[in-house]
Amino acid sequence: MSERNGAHILLEVLKAEGVEVVFGIPGGVVLPLLDAFHDPGAPRFILTRHEQGAGHAADGYARATGRVGVCLATSGPGATNLVTALATANFDSVPVVAVTGQVKTHLIGNDAFQEADITGISRPITKHNYLVKDVTKLAECLRAAFHIARTGRPGPVLVDIPVDVATAMTDAPIPDGVDLPGYRPVVKGNRRQIKRAAEAINAAEKPLLYVGGGIIISGASDLVRALAIKANIPVTTTLMALGAFPEDHPLALKMLGMHGTAYANYAVQECDLLVALGARFDDRITGDIKKFAPHARIIHVDIDPCSISKNIRVDIPVVGDAKDILQGILELIEPRGREPWLAQVNAWKVKHPLAYKPDGLKPQYVIQQICEVSKGQAIICTEVGQNQMWSAQWYTHRHPRHFISSGGLGTMGYGFPAAIGAQVGRPEALVVDIAGDGSIQMNIQELATAVYNKIPVKICILNNGYLGMVRQWQELFYKRRYSGSVLNGNPDFVRLAEAYGARGLRITKPEEVRPALEQAFGTPEVFILDFMIEPEENVFPMVPAGEAIDRMIGGMA
Amino acid sequence: MRHIISAIVENKPGVLAHIAGLFAGRGFNIDSLAVGETEDESRSRMTVVVKGDDAVLEQVRKQLGKIIDVIKVSDFSDVDFVERDLALVKVTVKSEKRGEVFEIVEVFRGKVVDIGAKHLTLEISGPEKKIEAFVDLMKPYGIREVVRTGRIAIARGE
Repeated sequence: MSERNGAHILLEVLKAEGVEVVFGIPGGVVLPLLDAFHDPGAPRFILTRHEQGAGHAADGYARATGRVGVCLATSGPGATNLVTALATANFDSVPVVAVTGQVKTHLIGNDAFQEADITGISRPITKHNYLVKDVTKLAECLRAAFHIARTGRPGPVLVDIPVDVATAMTDAPIPDGVDLPGYRPVVKGNRRQIKRAAEAINAAEKPLLYVGGGIIISGASDLVRALAIKANIPVTTTLMALGAFPEDHPLALKMLGMHGTAYANYAVQECDLLVALGARFDDRITGDIKKFAPHARIIHVDIDPCSISKNIRVDIPVVGDAKDILQGILELIEPRGREPWLAQVNAWKVKHPLAYKPDGLKPQYVIQQICEVSKGQAIICTEVGQNQMWSAQWYTHRHPRHFISSGGLGTMGYGFPAAIGAQVGRPEALVVDIAGDGSIQMNIQELATAVYNKIPVKICILNNGYLGMVRQWQELFYKRRYSGSVLNGNPDFVRLAEAYGARGLRITKPEEVRPALEQAFGTPEVFILDFMIEPEENVFPMVPAGEAIDRMIGGMA
Repeated sequence: MRHIISAIVENKPGVLAHIAGLFAGRGFNIDSLAVGETEDESRSRMTVVVKGDDAVLEQVRKQLGKIIDVIKVSDFSDVDFVERDLALVKVTVKSEKRGEVFEIVEVFRGKVVDIGAKHLTLEISGPEKKIEAFVDLMKPYGIREVVRTGRIAIARGE
């Protein structure tokens, strides 16, 4: 092995890990790293216009492809600008490796220019991080970072590289494997627990599959489908698992929880066996946890032992990879009909469908049209708030890795850069960011990134002149005191798009919606569609915070 | 309820900060924390005394185990163990009362480690109750300062 510097070691590891693209912004202490990217054979470097954009793009790339997303930032403010993106990825278990530059090793802790203790700052919001002070350890740390990011319960890993480590020379080879004695994720489920779970499912009269993001991470959607169909079990999914089970299937109940369908929530409250697959009983799902699934025994399949019995006591825990465990369960499942239960669930579906009044330009209609015009094949990214909830409810989700949304952290400004990352990872796909007028302004600067790099995402702004979800809560619980939720001073988004070299269209009437979508989706350019929707439309049904999930308000037809 | 949790961790900078941050971030109540090298110098042992019920203990064990640099977590709920705390107690005792203090120290199998005109510093080690009993007995004489280590523990038998 000949001598080369730390920057070239980074490039060698990226190559060994099959990394094709890195999103980032340079700065003083990463000049040596960026210089290595200029060499032929280096991965594509996409310059974003804010490090948060780079972080979310790496995240969106990872969610769309299942591969590790990579971002790069300089020290100090560059690194701190990544914090929100790291926390977002951490909360939703997304495999990201973030490389940050750091000041020279002997200056660390000395208040140097653009110094930030990013390993300290990011410790609670990353799966793990490394500060590499010795170039001979750089390759193994980077290898370990990728391994940790993508295995077990995935998550973001940060590697902090001081500039003198990037320029130091070594002939240390790139290791083949990793040595992490403290990290041994359990993959294979316990056979006895699997048997108990299968027996419980076979015996249940009113079972329900509660499917979470872990199923998509595990690549177990087909097994969920097989299980549901073989055993005739209705399926409800969390926000993170939309598309894991095709929503046009008769057994599909769509999303449950705070803004889930009424029929999904009723099914939870009435079922006698709740099979939680790769989900973590988050408060948006459970509402008042003391009243959640009161008649059910609970099976919980999860790769992270910490999630099991954290919020709710579980009867049959099975720790391991969902794919392995579901394979085992499926072998022991007996096919059976469950006509009375399915009839009851279908009756709820008929009696309590999602509904809205189609008077004026309604966001629900826009989402439905996005689904129709894209034939349900688009990769939908969302921002956060009402736009996110309507996207979850009114699009018919059929495929895994086609719904990309910040669930756990709920980060406004996530959707657009994530869409950029998703499009880079899936260049043949139609990628749409469904946004609110508040969220889209948080990373609007990435229009430059998208246009210059010819990343033709489509942005559909549900423009109501408010921070919509805040306004809704203020209407329902704060006597309509719209404090700090009115978005004054919004730009003309069409002219803003054109200022960046993108295309733009404004839509003010329902009959304009479909033609606008057809035009935008058929044009291989960055396109902003500014839908002027009914300003005070609310997301229903809604479970008020802390209530039992069958105590929904509003919006039932 | 108090539980003693023992973790073998990689002997690297930042691991202690990570664990302390974890406890703070998740709202776990730590009574004491002691850390030192083990027979393997690439490994340290951290002994933590946590306050909480069984559900809390289970979460603490699992969250600790999730940390990459933590290699093994054990708690002493199901085994017989030896536990020790060490305290240095500075007592401002008048010379005529010194005899009594020396007697108490001997009963507790402690040591006098510093002596001056107006004070004595005593070293005492043992289970927590023994330390507390000793400190209580010293109170009437005038305690100036007490410095304690965290609790450490080791299982009995092999």
